[in-house]
Amino acid sequence: MSEAASSYSLAELMVVAASRVFDNEGEVLATGIGLLPRLAASLAMKTTNPDLMMTDSQSFLLSEPNPVSGMKTHAGQANETWLGFRAVFDNVWSGKRHAMVGPSQVDRFGQANISALGGTYQQPKVQLLGVRGFPGNSISHGNSFFVPQHSTRVFVEGECDVVGSIGYNPDRLPKGYTFDDIDVRQVITDLCVMDFNGPNRQMRIVSLHPGVTEQEVREKTGFELAVVDNLGTTPAPTQAQLNVIAELDPLNARSKQLKDNPPGDRR
Amino acid sequence: MNKLQSAKEAVAAIQSGMTIGIGGWGPRRKPMALVRELLRSDATDLTVIAYGGADVGMLCAAGKVKKVIFAFVSLDFMPLEPGFRQARQTGAIEVFEIDEGMMLQGLRAASWRIPFIPTNVGLGTDVVARNPELKIIDSPYDDKEWVAMPALNMDVSLIHATRCDERGVCEIASPDVYMDDLFARAAKHTIVSCDELVPTSHFSDPQVARSVFWERAHTQSVVHIPGGAHPSSSDPLYGFDVKHFKAYGEAVGAGEFEAYLNNHVVGKSEEDYQAQVGGLDAIQALPLPAY
Repeated sequence: MSEAASSYSLAELMVVAASRVFDNEGEVLATGIGLLPRLAASLAMKTTNPDLMMTDSQSFLLSEPNPVSGMKTHAGQANETWLGFRAVFDNVWSGKRHAMVGPSQVDRFGQANISALGGTYQQPKVQLLGVRGFPGNSISHGNSFFVPQHSTRVFVEGECDVVGSIGYNPDRLPKGYTFDDIDVRQVITDLCVMDFNGPNRQMRIVSLHPGVTEQEVREKTGFELAVVDNLGTTPAPTQAQLNVIAELDPLNARSKQLKDNPPGDRR
Repeated sequence: MNKLQSAKEAVAAIQSGMTIGIGGWGPRRKPMALVRELLRSDATDLTVIAYGGADVGMLCAAGKVKKVIFAFVSLDFMPLEPGFRQARQTGAIEVFEIDEGMMLQGLRAASWRIPFIPTNVGLGTDVVARNPELKIIDSPYDDKEWVAMPALNMDVSLIHATRCDERGVCEIASPDVYMDDLFARAAKHTIVSCDELVPTSHFSDPQVARSVFWERAHTQSVVHIPGGAHPSSSDPLYGFDVKHFKAYGEAVGAGEFEAYLNNHVVGKSEEDYQAQVGGLDAIQALPLPAY
């Protein structure tokens, strides 16, 4: 184990925290949607879990992750398996995957939304992407959420405006299912790390980023949170982790992902 | 059998009220020249099935669409497709919103001529809760409930291939065929545009024959349009046109989609269109995206 780095950005802290989701997943496809989650999955593959599988975001699995910045061409990348979109669904439904996605809304049940906001379903105020692969992902394999700006706009008071992924909502549980069939794992935000291991799968604060208070997390969340015993601080990245991150992101695109690129330690 | 047609002759198969499927994925390998021909036609009141990009967006913005069957409509680098977004936010279209994999299942069911495929995908979500057309069924083999994903049957499908012969043998040289073969099989009538028209002997190379994903009986019409996927990509021949997509997005955003149509599509030939966007050489020089 190398020493904790003395200086690191919040983006880097979040990437390292997010990468831990993949540590004990075994030989699964690690999918990170968005630059920081992809960096997190790539970091895990390069350090803690070399058995992970990774795509080129297009049509192939790679034996070595591509850099997340500075790619000019896919020529010469370390292809190992063709995995076009239909094969991705075969992988999804096999369960051998963990996806880290960035929903626009997450509710207290761990249900998530990237489809549309506000208005009515027939005429939303803001049309987003559509449900994409959220329904299939959420009922097939482990899923984690990456939230760059922790707020009550994301962690909504009621249910998501459009429930795109199944969560721990007893009213929506399909016949023959239990909560054990659903695997919403972790939530990494700019304030903290959370999971769903509170009482009755309540969302729970696991660690606070340096300089963040429990009260701030609660104020910026639209529902009640459980909290682990002996709530601690999210561990700082090591210099070795920062070096791998820098190799994977040579143009430092990670510095442009969070507004004003805040430091990781805000004490 | 010679299936070569002009775009206009081919697209005449599409009539108002029909259900059409469009191959490709987001900003990739979309039969955009055929879509432009459809924009020039009188056909309206369409139901469109697609892994949607500007194909769906432009048809929506032009008022051609009654209903969209979709999992997403997106240009990836522009996550929110402008034409589709506007149509949704004005309540102009009906939607049948499903998971990406459910669309595969629906296309598969249609291509196999079975009424549905059972799946757990969609359970517990608004995909099922908001869509009375999606039925939940019991299984004869277990005690769980399942979504009966219906066959996505369609009248016509539109696909862009890399190379075709005049008999309708289609090569997809791109790294991903997406669900194009399923669209071809799910449709009663399939129109394929291609960048290159080749003699049948081109396919005698086993590697090339492995890039043919449906047999020619599922292709009714072949249209030779070099650059015909523009502004989407036709990997490995050319990438997508980020600048053009942005200009289209700005036009929609400014309420000037009609001007876009008048400048690029209505009353224009495909040659006019290509001249407007810098010419075929410029299209074929567009770099492939790398992420």
